[in-house]
Amino acid sequence: MKKLFALTAAVFFATVAYAQEAPDVLVQRVTEDVLEIIRKDKDIQNGDTRKVIELVDKKVLPNFNFTHMTALALGKEWRKATPQQQTQLTAEFKTLLVRTYSNALTSYKNQKVVYKPFKMGAAETDVLVRTEVLQPGSKPVQLDYSLEKLDSGWRVYDVVVAGISLVTNYRDQFNQEVRNGGVDGLIASVAAKNRSLEANSAKSEKK
Amino acid sequence: MIDSFGALGGRMGRSWALGGLVALACAGAWAGENPLDPYEGFNRPMFAVNEVVDKYAAKPVAQIYDNAVPLPLKAGVGNFFGNAGDLWVGVNSALQGKFSDAGIDLSRLLINSTVGIFGLFDVASELGLEKHDEDFGQTLAVWGVGGGGYLYWPVIGPRNVRDTFGWGVDFYADPLMRVRPVSVSNSLAGLRFVDIRASLLPSDKVVEEAALDKYAYIRDAYQQRRRNQIFDGRPPRLDD
Repeated sequence: MKKLFALTAAVFFATVAYAQEAPDVLVQRVTEDVLEIIRKDKDIQNGDTRKVIELVDKKVLPNFNFTHMTALALGKEWRKATPQQQTQLTAEFKTLLVRTYSNALTSYKNQKVVYKPFKMGAAETDVLVRTEVLQPGSKPVQLDYSLEKLDSGWRVYDVVVAGISLVTNYRDQFNQEVRNGGVDGLIASVAAKNRSLEANSAKSEKK
Repeated sequence: MIDSFGALGGRMGRSWALGGLVALACAGAWAGENPLDPYEGFNRPMFAVNEVVDKYAAKPVAQIYDNAVPLPLKAGVGNFFGNAGDLWVGVNSALQGKFSDAGIDLSRLLINSTVGIFGLFDVASELGLEKHDEDFGQTLAVWGVGGGGYLYWPVIGPRNVRDTFGWGVDFYADPLMRVRPVSVSNSLAGLRFVDIRASLLPSDKVVEEAALDKYAYIRDAYQQRRRNQIFDGRPPRLDD
């Protein structure tokens, strides 16, 4: 009985600890996990898109808030979109981001990630975790993550590479599409982009 | 796309600049609808020209270089140009009032030029002397000069009016451009061009795949990146 109690307590505390994992610890854990897998996986290093997307799906995506990312990419127009449009756009935007940036992981070669010192107040719910990617002969590349605290834990809602937000960099393009064809036009454009990327990668796999 | 290159010799630089001014004067006549991009009517065709030049000349050469040269040698080349730029980085740090940064930049130059064998090895970074990223366009921004409209130039790529002027000053301040004979300085400029282009190869595919409109994607990335550089990696947050 005593043993069972101890075990239950251990599981309970482990779960709590996991849910309250600090944002900088989360970023470091996920980064190192993913790099460790890529270092060992020759298929990914040779550009296997499907395999790297699988990896990102499993390890990275659960830590992202794509609804927030999509809202941030669209800006003011987001609130004018219907819930259904928001859901559709989020799904398409997620597909686009996952595909393009997963592919970037296949070009990983021995770069090292350095985690910058991180401090936050106990009450903060929106933080920036800063890292740097080092590679021989090149300037270090700044790689920062914006995270927000949700009930379920910390979630990434923006990734900033060398000062360039991969999310807000879409703002003007998205608004242009909305001006041309409304939110539905934007959804259609992103979907069309996804289909053409899918077709391209299918073609290159056949080769 | 392409970041900084003082390639192709001074005379050519001048004629580009002159052509640019003329083109700019014309572009004013068909000012576009986007307030963030008043010269879009000039920029889009220039972007299209650059895409072609890149596809058939710059990129293939960079790919050959990237495949043929072993990593340690590529790193040496990158370090060499980085070191040659550190004096001017230091001057700009000082002009922006960042004197301790300027001291670091100068120490880097001294260490890497000697212990680092003409800058081929970045010993200073190993010693914890961090490389800074400064140029005259950033100095002007720190002094309060506004960006002016966004421009897309052939060969030198995206630069707003302020950074175009800053690039010109950087170009004339570049010690490698003073190397004589001219054939050597041109070779160095060519190698630097190829080195920079090669370092951008991995991001090519990402931009190609990620962008709905590649022109706009690069423009907005340029604006965000410059803002980040001006604030030394810690720009104040913008309201969403």
